[in-house]
Amino acid sequence: MSLFLRQSLTIAGKDLRAEWRTKEALNASLAFSMVILVLFSFALDPNPEMMQEFSGGLLWLVFLFAGALVLNRSFAREMQNDCLDALLASPVPPAALFIGKALANYALLMTLELVCLAEFGILFNVRWLANVGPLMIVMAVGTWALTVVGTLFSALTVNLRLREVMLPVLVYPMMVPPMMAAMILTTDLLAGTALGPGNMLWIRVLVGFDLVFTLLGVSFVDTVLVG
Amino acid sequence: MNALEIDGVWKYFGDFPALRDIGFKVTAGSVVALLGRNGAGKTTLLRILAGLAKPSKGSVRIYGSEVREEPTRRRIGVLGHGISLYDELTATENLVLFGRLYGIDDPAKRAHQWLERTGLDRVRDGLVREFSRGMRQRLAVARTFIHDPELLLFDEPFTSLDDRAIAVLQSLVIEAQQRGCTIVMSTHQLREAIELSTHVALIRKGQLAYSGERRQEMLDDPGWLYRTFEEEGPS
Repeated sequence: MSLFLRQSLTIAGKDLRAEWRTKEALNASLAFSMVILVLFSFALDPNPEMMQEFSGGLLWLVFLFAGALVLNRSFAREMQNDCLDALLASPVPPAALFIGKALANYALLMTLELVCLAEFGILFNVRWLANVGPLMIVMAVGTWALTVVGTLFSALTVNLRLREVMLPVLVYPMMVPPMMAAMILTTDLLAGTALGPGNMLWIRVLVGFDLVFTLLGVSFVDTVLVG
Repeated sequence: MNALEIDGVWKYFGDFPALRDIGFKVTAGSVVALLGRNGAGKTTLLRILAGLAKPSKGSVRIYGSEVREEPTRRRIGVLGHGISLYDELTATENLVLFGRLYGIDDPAKRAHQWLERTGLDRVRDGLVREFSRGMRQRLAVARTFIHDPELLLFDEPFTSLDDRAIAVLQSLVIEAQQRGCTIVMSTHQLREAIELSTHVALIRKGQLAYSGERRQEMLDDPGWLYRTFEEEGPS
């Protein structure tokens, strides 16, 4: 295994272990997502026709809102005891630090999303298991978009006093293209439409966004953290 | 050989110049006491030396290389104001983590050795958040030394340490000095710093007021440096 990957996995493992011990980000985001879904189920009449229209949008909005709680903790965790200084002073390349953080965030976001998806199916009577394979692919690619943008902006806002507010303010506008793609694809899949040439454009948007922002994150994290 | 070459370093925070044209060289094996009043710029300079901040102007070279280069960072040990340890991890997990990040062979074995050395062996599996302040500080010292650094950067190393942690750190500093390590430490504890040091650098309002070898006058009267190169004594 390359040194870069080993260092990234060490950082990711450390973050996941710390989160497993405290569960602060996961518990808060799970509780928040459940509350939103329950409120939506009261606010909207979940009849099958309407659900076909807004299921993807609703689901990804919940992922986005609850995901911000996970992403906020990512670099904020390093501020306690000045741990970020020790990481930056170590010989770990900033890109490995970024990828490690992103991998941990990705694992947490995917866990959160799978729980939300199950709850969404129950509350809104949506049969998502019918197209589960393609749906997982869309979730995996869409979540990586949220992860890389969120991790980069989490690093950017780590020294701000109002970082909890600033992170969503910065991340949500950036997430418009991938969220649009993920929402349209998810709505299609939940309505029973398979992935094919008709919606391949949106898959390309998602994959392209993932690649561009992963490269940007890896290239600029050192500038963001050290100046 | 120069361990450290600081050349015309300026650091601005907005319009405010926290460091103004700082420049001096430190030969390998020296112990430098970085002195100055609160707000003089000692921590800013140490952060630049550690690669935690970039100078606005000027350059810093460590053993002839750029600070942010990975092999250079492998040679540096930093003990700052914070302990830089994770509260949610155990003492062993913290040291193994940093051992892995520094690419040490068998980090678990090295962690065990350092836990014994700092008297923390019996709490090796305890979470850092459950540690007393003194225990956390000793663990921070172990983290700083775990990869056998050649250049040690200490920011107020003795401040808020308990007696046992001071004893551990003093013995390690002396041992590192004998091993040929270069040490730069900022401190307000004049007498201890001057006794340990071979060189002294005094920063006044972001500028280098004095840089050179430790003189006999400093040993006889630690306040001499401030009286001679500062308008007032240290705060």
